[in-house]
Amino acid sequence: MTNKYLIFLGCAVPYRVLSYEISSRKVLAKLGIELVEMPEFNCCGLPFDPVSHETMLILAAKNLALAEQEGLNILTLCPGCAGTLKKVNKMLNDDPSLREQINSHLKEAGLEFKGSVETKHILQLLREDVGFDKIKASVVKPLTNLKVAEHNGCHVLRPKKYFDYDDPEDPQTLKRLIEATGATCLDYMDETECCGAPSVGVSDKIALQLARDKLSHIKMVNAQALITVCPFCHIMYDTNELRIEKTFNEVYGIPILHYPQLLGLAMGLTPEELAFGDLRVKAQNIIQQLTQGANKCE
Amino acid sequence: MSEVTEKSAQKGKEQPIKASEFDSTFKYELQKISGSENILKCFQCGTCTSDCPVARYSDSYRPRTLIHMAQLGLRDRVLNSDTLWLCAACFTCTDRCPQGVEVASVIRVFRNLAAEKNCIPQVFMDQAQSLLETGYAYKIPELRINKRESLGLPPLPKGNPENVKKTLKGVKFFQNIQKPEGEKLSDQ
Ligand code: SF4
Ligand code: SF4
Repeated sequence: MTNKYLIFLGCAVPYRVLSYEISSRKVLAKLGIELVEMPEFNCCGLPFDPVSHETMLILAAKNLALAEQEGLNILTLCPGCAGTLKKVNKMLNDDPSLREQINSHLKEAGLEFKGSVETKHILQLLREDVGFDKIKASVVKPLTNLKVAEHNGCHVLRPKKYFDYDDPEDPQTLKRLIEATGATCLDYMDETECCGAPSVGVSDKIALQLARDKLSHIKMVNAQALITVCPFCHIMYDTNELRIEKTFNEVYGIPILHYPQLLGLAMGLTPEELAFGDLRVKAQNIIQQLTQGANKCE
Repeated sequence: MSEVTEKSAQKGKEQPIKASEFDSTFKYELQKISGSENILKCFQCGTCTSDCPVARYSDSYRPRTLIHMAQLGLRDRVLNSDTLWLCAACFTCTDRCPQGVEVASVIRVFRNLAAEKNCIPQVFMDQAQSLLETGYAYKIPELRINKRESLGLPPLPKGNPENVKKTLKGVKFFQNIQKPEGEKLSDQ
């Protein structure tokens, strides 16, 4: 098991979703994963792919080259960063002429891509490096009686040629990780569908419709919370839930939790330690239920 | 370019296609670009459009139609179409296309070509400016960066905008956006 990783925060997490970073660092520390900070950082490149593929390749390769200098594999919290770094690593390893072209750009900053580091999203790390058994063993307050739904998001699943650890049509990793906490993970309609976040700013109307679809599908199965593993998906649901309720005249009241927040609760960390206070849609009901349940057992 | 509305996305659709609009070289050009190499393999089954979450809520965005138009050589109609920017890059189409067309990548190639000439949505301009100034795609407020310590988080890794600029030297998109005011791609 590798237990030392270079943590690649990305742009969205430190910009808007500190609760994801705080909770991830807490649970990873408990699981014995050591995190090293990036010596220098630039955007992974994904946001620029639509306007300039070459820019995306250069930015991603630059980060990979920096990680190579540290001699450490990369861990990301953002699926977009993981997908991009994985993809570019493979593209440049498979195509020597492309690699040469991109390296000619990196040379300007005294860097070279060699293709020697691997990138994992936190889901993949939890599954492969920590393992379900160890996660189960870390649970001190099983979340029995809690029924939640999962949302993987697109870039930890697709395109499938870059992700071989799960099935994009029927993903299991997040479900099993949720079940490891003792909670029940419910099935619902269109589980693998996009949250709509990339359309924000281009067509808010379409983005909100997609987020609303998800909320209505998980409401149908009476999920008490939606569990995400992506800063953008989290923003899309947590920040917009109230707006969706107003726009469509519907009531959801479903809290959106980062998976590490859920796991953290099961590990006995407090909601304060896991930055529950940052959530727009408050998770009070869940926390009450869990504390009452715990009291009953005592 | 501001928000894409159904109305703006429809513009030009009513105009009948003229024979002079067909550019038979377009598809061969696309075949040579990384990402759209397989465009001629599309046999118009419609899987991409029927599985596209954006197409479900847009009256105008149809990946299959865009690919068909490109195969026919309707270069300007494809590249000037506002609907291009609606794709959420969810890669559902890429995974499900029976012909391995890599639909999402083809759409990305269209966008890249459009970005070389036309205006692009403002969000991309903002992100590009932020990248060149900070190394991050967003301008993270000082307050939030300073707050990290009190939250028990390590300092935010430093961006290196100078190195970013050096490595992006010669990249067309950044040459364009660094042109003096008035020549910028943005219509804002
Ligand atoms: S799914 Fe593939 S083959 Fe079918 S219409 Fe779309 S691009 Fe063409
Ligand atoms: S990648 Fe774009 S075109 Fe393909 S299914 Fe997703 S939103 Fe639709």
